[in-house]
Amino acid sequence: MNSSLEPSRLTPADMMRASLIGLRTRRLRSLLSGLGIVIGIAAMVGVLGISESSKSDLLAQLDQLGTNMLRIEAGSGIGIGSGELPEESTSMVSRIGPVEQVASVSDTSASVYRNDLVPEGRTGGITVKAVDAGLLVTLQGQMQSGAFLDDAASEYPVAVLGSVAAERLGVTSGSDGTIVWLGDEWFAIVGIMETLDLSPDLDRAALVSYAAADTFLDHDGIPSTIYVRTDPDNIDAVRSVLPATVNPENPDEVEVTRPSDALEAREAADQAFTNLLLGLGGVALLVGGVGIANVMVISVLERRGEIGLRRALGATRRHISIQFLGESLLLATVGGVGGVALGAAVTAAYAWSRGWGVLIPTVAIIGGIVAAIAIGVIAGLYPAMRAARVSPTEALRTL
Amino acid sequence: MTSKSPQSSASTLPAYPVDSVLSLSRVTKTYPGTPPVHAIRDINLDIRSGELVGVIGPSGSGKSTLLHIIGTLDRATSGTVSVAGHDVDLLTDRELSSLRSRHIGFVFQQFFLLAGETALDNVGDGLLYTGMALEERRNLAELALAQVGLEHRMSHEATKLSGGERQRVAIARALIGSPDIILADEPTGNLDSKSGEDVVRLIEELNSQGSTIVVITHDRDIAARFPRRVSLLDGRVVDDTGQTNGAVSR
Ligand SMILES: Nc1ncnc2c1ncn2[C@@H]1O[C@H](COP(=O)(O)OP(=O)(O)OP(=O)(O)O)[C@@H](O)[C@H]1O
Ligand SMILES: [Mg+2]
Repeated sequence: MNSSLEPSRLTPADMMRASLIGLRTRRLRSLLSGLGIVIGIAAMVGVLGISESSKSDLLAQLDQLGTNMLRIEAGSGIGIGSGELPEESTSMVSRIGPVEQVASVSDTSASVYRNDLVPEGRTGGITVKAVDAGLLVTLQGQMQSGAFLDDAASEYPVAVLGSVAAERLGVTSGSDGTIVWLGDEWFAIVGIMETLDLSPDLDRAALVSYAAADTFLDHDGIPSTIYVRTDPDNIDAVRSVLPATVNPENPDEVEVTRPSDALEAREAADQAFTNLLLGLGGVALLVGGVGIANVMVISVLERRGEIGLRRALGATRRHISIQFLGESLLLATVGGVGGVALGAAVTAAYAWSRGWGVLIPTVAIIGGIVAAIAIGVIAGLYPAMRAARVSPTEALRTL
Repeated sequence: MTSKSPQSSASTLPAYPVDSVLSLSRVTKTYPGTPPVHAIRDINLDIRSGELVGVIGPSGSGKSTLLHIIGTLDRATSGTVSVAGHDVDLLTDRELSSLRSRHIGFVFQQFFLLAGETALDNVGDGLLYTGMALEERRNLAELALAQVGLEHRMSHEATKLSGGERQRVAIARALIGSPDIILADEPTGNLDSKSGEDVVRLIEELNSQGSTIVVITHDRDIAARFPRRVSLLDGRVVDDTGQTNGAVSR
């Protein structure tokens, strides 16, 4: 041997160029085979993004609504007591030190209709409740239009509608003197509330003052539900003394809940659903990976001539395998980036439609691309190995 | 290449120094099977720098097998092969790849041009696996394309050219790195007679400029024009018109 051989070399730029050939010359097929990855990654990013956006919205909501509200109801009980809260409950509760606000709601048996021609019974699920004037403040609710009930109005047949109730009754404004047929009287609507996240039952109700209920509906005024705002640091203490305060004889009959817990629980339930969707996204990703592997194997068979040529031009087996691995990697990476973009767009659109802030977790973006890269490598390994094993002489005899 | 290999052929040694580009000694290639196929048997062949050799023989006589072994795409079952001063038996697969990347040029009946690439880049691919940068390859490819008379087709997509033009692009790709030997397997096999004639003329011209070329062909008329002819039958050399002095002595 006289002269040593300089090894075959392929510059990184040429490696890239070689890996791009398949994608450039078989665009539609590349697009279709990359679609699985796009969908899988988009699903995962979208699910994570939507769940995070919803969670952050919930936190903001909880922040705004406060977690220091407690709700007192007559428990379903064991049948010993009356199944009702004692009449003086409200004043008893307001005497507890850390309690800052108290407001009660009392269910009436009256119904409300758009006018007196609507057949009885077609209530649209709207209930009529007597409430304290301080309820809106205690619930930290807002008015859509008009004003809440106040003491001055309490003598008159006026009512405030929850958001759903207003919609079902076809009342669009709380300030233009719309009247509704409530009980056996015409009541003027003076306000419509915004949605109340901590007490959705009130969204479907028409609210009147205790005085009006007494005067026009002949209602007894025994509270069904009491809302309490406490000093945030003493919530647990207040919660523990509430049953005995409300009903000293049968504390078991009193049910105390924290509505913000329900919101948090709803989020936890959402989490289970999120995990399910994530799993489905994972399956899509897997299918996408199999799709890429499949297309690559076919491509290796079709491109035997090219492989033979490259070997003749001096490519080593390794050069050939890197080319095909690179192609699979590129395909998956492009799919991953596309998937992240699509997932982000879906998240943004959904969050926007819900009025949430858009929050796409960085971990979903990075994770999505890393997952795509990993899938590209795994899917490309076998085809790359097949390509490297193609015998150059047989490849060159083809066609 | 300035190396010299020991001459294994029995032909008379010239008085002046001559480069042996290729030397086969008792080379056999047997494909296993029942019965085994002896694609080529006991072949001795020496080719000097500057020679233009036609290899002829009927279908199945082992022409392509011989070319693959000369081109180090395949290994002989027995015998020794030396290409450009390297004993092929002693080289690893990776070393054979590098031998091909710099010292051997190939031309095939099916052209094997890459779709979606220009003629220029296809020609440049002849040096792809030497690690040379794209720009530099393009510069050399321009010269090679001019050599085959296709400078006006430089930026055309190679696979969209006519058959004759495609084969000339392939020839430019084979000669771009000035390899020690160019191996052509039926280069006119897919061409009409006019384009085929152009390709043969080009091969003769390149040879006259010093390239060492081995051409496999079915066509006796074409082969008759080459200074040296090697005839194969059933894997054996049945006739060799003998070593010529090649371009060195012209
Ligand atoms: N991989 C293989 N396995 C078994 N036999 C093979 C293989 N490759 C070639 N052969 C056989 O070796 C013999 C020589 O084949 P080769 O391709 O070299 O012939 P050829 O002279 O080039 O023919 P043609 O003119 O048709 O191209 C043939 O009989 C062929 O069938
Ligand atoms: Mg052949």
